[in-house]
Amino acid sequence: MTEQEQNASAANPPEHIIDISGLVKSFGDNVVLDGIDMSVSRGEVVVLIGPSGCGKSTLLRCLNGLEPIQGGSISLHGEPVVYGSKSLYKIRQKIGMVFQSYDLFPHLTVLKNIMLSPIKVQKRSKEDTEKEAMELLERVGLADKAKSYPSELSGGQKQRVAICRSLIMNPEIMLLDEITAALDPEMVHEVLNVVLDLAKNGTTMMIVTHEMAFAEAVADRIIFLDGGSIIEQGVPSEFFKRPQTERAERFLKTFTYSK
Amino acid sequence: MNIDFIQKYAPLYVQAAKLTVVIGVIGTVLAAAVGLLCALAKYFKIPVARQIASVYIELSRNTPLIVQLFFLYFGLPKAGIRLSSEACGVIGLAFLGGSYMAESFLSGLKSVGKIQLESAESLGMKRGQLMRYIVVPQAAAVSVPSVCANVIFLLKETSVFSAVSLADLMYVAKDLIGMYYNTGEALLMLVAAYLIIILPISVLFSVLERRLKRARN
Repeated sequence: MTEQEQNASAANPPEHIIDISGLVKSFGDNVVLDGIDMSVSRGEVVVLIGPSGCGKSTLLRCLNGLEPIQGGSISLHGEPVVYGSKSLYKIRQKIGMVFQSYDLFPHLTVLKNIMLSPIKVQKRSKEDTEKEAMELLERVGLADKAKSYPSELSGGQKQRVAICRSLIMNPEIMLLDEITAALDPEMVHEVLNVVLDLAKNGTTMMIVTHEMAFAEAVADRIIFLDGGSIIEQGVPSEFFKRPQTERAERFLKTFTYSK
Repeated sequence: MNIDFIQKYAPLYVQAAKLTVVIGVIGTVLAAAVGLLCALAKYFKIPVARQIASVYIELSRNTPLIVQLFFLYFGLPKAGIRLSSEACGVIGLAFLGGSYMAESFLSGLKSVGKIQLESAESLGMKRGQLMRYIVVPQAAAVSVPSVCANVIFLLKETSVFSAVSLADLMYVAKDLIGMYYNTGEALLMLVAAYLIIILPISVLFSVLERRLKRARN
């Protein structure tokens, strides 16, 4: 880094990828998110935790324009994310999302699952896309499954492919929505290792998970949600050792057992 | 068994079979087209069109083909619309088959889950791309078995066409029985004719279904 660049990076605060302000989301009378303000900077890994029904998954779905919102605003690099807007498909190309349920396209091979969007949506060349897809599969240890169909894969393998399918779009941010919640315990590990590897390589991510050990290992910042609001946030080492609020403390206790 | 009788009148069956196949195929293709339009109207919840489709489907499925044919052949002339027997056959078959086809296509479209649509949207696909690359291939694979069953059902339904004086297979058989009382021979040839037409189609369809199985996994 030259001196000039150093000065520049010192002068500029970290670039925000996602900005959320005053986000309100309700289903009928049920307010699920009640005024969320937060932002995610480039290269940052934010993990959302909280009790079931606290709105974590809904928050991720709002970020991708999959849910209409009732108040506030969301923007990606300053571009507003508006549910149902004509330009939403453009913004979505910059947001990778992996869901809890295995959502690979069952009629396409692993390789074609990954290549479909870059070729059809981003109009990239077939050769380059295939090369990159194989590199990604290599990286998650599934190069030998390129020609397999999703039905021939285990849950953990499917999720690793789903991660590749999002990554190949070169998204600005990856949203991972409880991607290991439906997996057998021994498969959780292989998927989370891939995510840890992404974090190490500087991928910006927002993760919803119930795996506390993983959250502690991967996160730059933990956000604890309850009742539709951010109750507490902080670096994982602080949050898990000394939660500041009684609610967070109570939540963390549900993960420890003593007789 | 009177072999001479069979030899003598077999050409009549061949001629009738041609008519049955032509009208059966045209009617079935039209039925598929009508069915597809209705299924799309309902799937995309297009206002007015979906209500029309629903009414049509109930009307079509809950009345027998012969009644529909009688309406076309004997009813419409009262309103000044006179259709040939052939036209009645084609329209009747399309009217009956359209509803069955609509249900087959619709169940295929609906079998593609919400999460598949959301995944495709999350990858930045537009509505058209999502339909073309994700929904249609999966829906087609699901629809094929029941569409095939409909095709065979409709081809068999052509046997009531004789009721509107269409010289189809059934018509020829009844004619021969009426004239010569060779019931056994006439019916044997009738059964054989239907089998020759429909059996190959059945076999073809089961091969097709096996091939498409992969996409349904």
